[in-house]
This record gives sequence, C-alpha cells and structure tokens, in this order.
Amino acid sequence: MLQEHAKIVDFIATAEGVTGRKKLQKMIYIMKKMDMPFQEKYEFHIYGPYSEELTARVEELCDMGFLSEALEDKGSYVQYKYTVTEEGMEFRKVLGKSVLDNPVTAEKLNAKSGRFLELTATLLYFDNLNRQERIDKLHVVKGKLNFTAEEIDEALAFIEELSA
Amino acid sequence: MSYATQKLAEEKVFKDPVHRYIHVRDQVIWDLINSREVQRLRRIKQLGTSYLVFHGAEHSRFNHSLGVYEIVRRISDDIFHGRPEWDESERLVVLCAALLHDLGHGPFSHSFEKVFSVDHEEFTREILLGDTEVNEILLKVSAEFPKKVAEVIAKTYSNKQVVSLISSQIDADRMDYLQRDAYYTGVSYGHFDMERILRVMRPLDDQVVIKSSGMHAVEDYIMSRYQMYWQVYFHPVARSAEVILRKILQRAKELSKSGYKFAQPPTHFLAFFDRSFTLKEYLALDEGVLMTYFQLWMTERDPILADLCDRFVNRRLFQYVDFDPGKDYKKLGELAQLFHSAGIDPEYYLIDDSTSDLPYDFYRPGEEEERLPIHLLMPNGDIKELSRLSQIVDAISGKRRTDYKLYFPAELLIDGKKKAIKQQILEMLREGGL
Repeated sequence: MLQEHAKIVDFIATAEGVTGRKKLQKMIYIMKKMDMPFQEKYEFHIYGPYSEELTARVEELCDMGFLSEALEDKGSYVQYKYTVTEEGMEFRKVLGKSVLDNPVTAEKLNAKSGRFLELTATLLYFDNLNRQERIDKLHVVKGKLNFTAEEIDEALAFIEELSA
Repeated sequence: MSYATQKLAEEKVFKDPVHRYIHVRDQVIWDLINSREVQRLRRIKQLGTSYLVFHGAEHSRFNHSLGVYEIVRRISDDIFHGRPEWDESERLVVLCAALLHDLGHGPFSHSFEKVFSVDHEEFTREILLGDTEVNEILLKVSAEFPKKVAEVIAKTYSNKQVVSLISSQIDADRMDYLQRDAYYTGVSYGHFDMERILRVMRPLDDQVVIKSSGMHAVEDYIMSRYQMYWQVYFHPVARSAEVILRKILQRAKELSKSGYKFAQPPTHFLAFFDRSFTLKEYLALDEGVLMTYFQLWMTERDPILADLCDRFVNRRLFQYVDFDPGKDYKKLGELAQLFHSAGIDPEYYLIDDSTSDLPYDFYRPGEEEERLPIHLLMPNGDIKELSRLSQIVDAISGKRRTDYKLYFPAELLIDGKKKAIKQQILEMLREGGL
C-alpha cells in the first residue's frame, strides 16, 4: 500500500532533493529504463518522455506533506525544488526503504543538468533504433535545442556507464 | 493508380449513433478496418469495467476507433482541405493514425498493464511494425509508411499539426470518446458542440488553433470532460470492479509462480507470468478469453482466486471508504495487521486506490509544464492561450483533483469467526478511525 508513493519519496531523499520538474521526470524515466521498479507510465511529450502519473504522484506527495515544493527564481525562469520533509522521512521509515539497490545512480543523475538528462532520456526513448537513427530522430523531435555531437556522445557514453 | 490513392468503387458507410455515419472511400482504410488486428478491437470494451455500473457501456474500442477516424476525416477533407497551412500529403497518414491509435489495447487494459508491466502503446507500435495484417497493408502504401503512422501515434512525428489532431488537449480522440461514452452510459454530461469546434479549427505553424469565436464551444468541451471524468471514468463502483480484476490477475500470477496446480491451467497467461510473451500471444487475448478463465476459476481450490473471480463475474464488489493517505498511512498498517489477525489476507482484501485528473493546463513561460495549451486565433491574427480569455477555463486550469478510496469486502467482516477483531476493523473503517 502506498508503495509507489514511497518509492518517489525514497528516490528524492536519496538524491538529497531534486531541482526542476523536468529534471525529476527525466531522472525517474532513466531509472526506470535501468530496470528500477518504478511503475509510472511514460509517453513522449514536448521535453521527451513524460509521465502524467509521476506529476500526479508528486503533487499528491506535496499535498500529503511528505514533499516540499519550493519555487526558485533563476532570473529568466523559475524552477521547483523538491525535498523530503520530516513527515516524509517518517513515511519513508514506516513504509520501509528502499527500491534503490544502487543509490549512486540517483546521485549521478542529480549531478547532471536538466538539458543533459532531457537528451539522455530522449536517446533512451529511441533505444530500439540504431545509433544513427537515434541521432536523426533526436534532431527531428528536439531540433530547436541544437544538441552538439559532443553532447550526444557524452549522453550515449553516460547510458553505457549506467547500464554497465 | 497507386494503392495510397486508390478509392473504393462506391463509398462505404457504417451507421454510428454518435456521428450518424462513418464514411470510407479509401481502399487502405477499408482494408485496415477488415484486418484481424482491427477486428480484434470489437472484443475489447472501451470503458473496461464501467458496464458494471452503467449497463449500456458495452461499446468497444472498435466503435471508438472508427469514430476518431471519422472526426479526423472530416477535419482533413472538409475543414483543412485547401488551406495553405495544411500539407495535403499528410492526409492518409493522419487517417490511418486515427483509425489505429488504440490498436495495442488489450483486454481490461488498465488492470492488465499494471499487473504484467506492459504498455499498450508499445504493442500498438509492434502491431504496426511487426508481422501483422495491418503492417502488410501499410507496407503496400510505401516502405516507410508503417513507421510514419507509428511515429504519429507515439507523438514523435515531425509534423506537429498531424500529432495534435490525434493527441492534444483538444483532439479527435477526446472529442469522440466523450460523446460516445456519454451516449452509451446514458449520462447527460459529455455533450458539447463538436460541429462548432470543427468549423473553427485551423492549422497554423506547428499546431492546430481554434478561432476565438469558437471559445464558448471549447469551454463547453472542457467542462464536459471534467464532468465525465468524475461522474463516469472515476466512478467508485467501477473502480471497485477494477481493483478486484487487478487482484485476480495478481493472484493467478502468484499461484503460478508458487507452483500451484490449476484445475484450469492459465495457458493464455503463462507467457505473461514469466514475461516471455510474443505479439501473437498478446493478440490472442481479448475480454472473452479473460471472462472464460474467470468463470472457470470460480471453482478453483484456491479460495482467494475462486472468491475474487466469483465477485467479478457475479458483481459482488468491494465496498469502499474515503481516506487521507497523508494522515492515515500508519493506521492503514494497523488495519492490515488486524485483517491478518482476522484471517483475511490484506494483500487481496484491503486495497487503496487513488485517481486524479487535471481538466486543463497551460504552459507558463519559464516553467516546465509538458502540456501543449489550447490556443485561440484572434481576429487580428494574434494567438492567445485559452485560459487568458475564458474565466470558466481559468477557474479550473492547473487544478488537480485527487480521490483516495480504500476497498474491502464488507460482508466478510460481518459474519464468522473472530468477531471482536472484525468489529474493531469495522469501527476503524466506518466510524472515523481512518
């Protein structure tokens, strides 16, 4: 019961907070692609793979008081920072942690930028294609973001590192 | 004449209670409708378990697929045709995507996907690109055509106008299911002036916009959607049936893993239990197959599987109470312990279920929302986001509503042994303990 909620709380606690809704979306997607047992269903949206279920779950966790959502003004834009509250830590303890066999992955993902994770998640979304087809598809769906060859190489190397 | 442009000698029509008639002139569309994979959709109900609440809701995904096709055909052939912003060469791909957008749905999709960790969209893609009659038909158009249709449905297609017609906050899919589900359930919500909306839709740059004169029709559509979600799609009794269905599949999976000998072996499910399934095995499933197993499993030795199947088949559903997980999660643990003490397995008989909906949302500059808003085309050519002009839509924009329920078999808590514990459970459930 409430296990799926607990997994999200556990993940954010392990990552010691996540800044950016987009970033959180992509982190969970990448974890899921690495066979972590998250149940949220993803579809392709503007910024790549996106889960309406995850958005709902995070909003529910904020309403329950287990996550706090703080608005950070970054000048030309704003971002939401998610952290686990004391009540959330208690909830995590009661429901028992953890799904994360390898907490290093959460930390590694959190160290990356939202742009990089968007690129990585999009490449993972097209993992049924070969390397060149994936890159071509990336440019079709993310044309405006102008990802460079270096960024793409870095993201593909990151995927290999995570999969190892 | 190429297959892509080949027309039937005479137009075919399907009588339809929502759109009056579905019109087919294209040979490709006719062939697709007659394919095994599209015909299979006749055996999958559009609204899953809702027929247990709204007895008229027996309509299938086949009806809905034809309805979405008809709406897109009208937009493409009547509304967008001849407009310079619309690429006429996209006509066939958008019609095929409309007809085939739900192709991968399985029996009682929602429960089936949760228990077996499968995704109907991946199956849609596999059916379009794999060894199927649908793929064979699409390949006759061109080698790239199946992939193009799959990309439209997956929302990764390069032409965003085409994607928007099938999938956006005001798309042909929603316009059909709201009206169709309202018709078959018999509710008075869900109706809106689609004719008006279609007449004011315009292709513009990389999106589809609505002329501002049609704003009130769009308001009506948004409110219809809101009402349908809470009155029909999230009906607590239909959710009770859904919960039982999920638990039947979970129980069968657990029993199979533990080596239990079924009197009626779950042959059709075995490949899903160990995740070795093929597309062929997936397509062999439909709601008739599942219901047959449920009927047969009513006499299984395992009392939980037999009881859950009897509940589903004979509509002996779980009762429910509201609960607040933020406040009550510890009590939920206590309650599960009491269920154990009363000899009732809480894994199968004490189930929390939540559902939520966001009726409309818009992209706020600088934020990271993922939903494409509905844009209105003003008389001077400017574009304005719907909620900036509509007070009604503004009032519900971005406001998610969530409902939490706890489901349990009330009658098991009334009779039999361990009355004191059961009484304690009932008090917690019914007298504000939760």
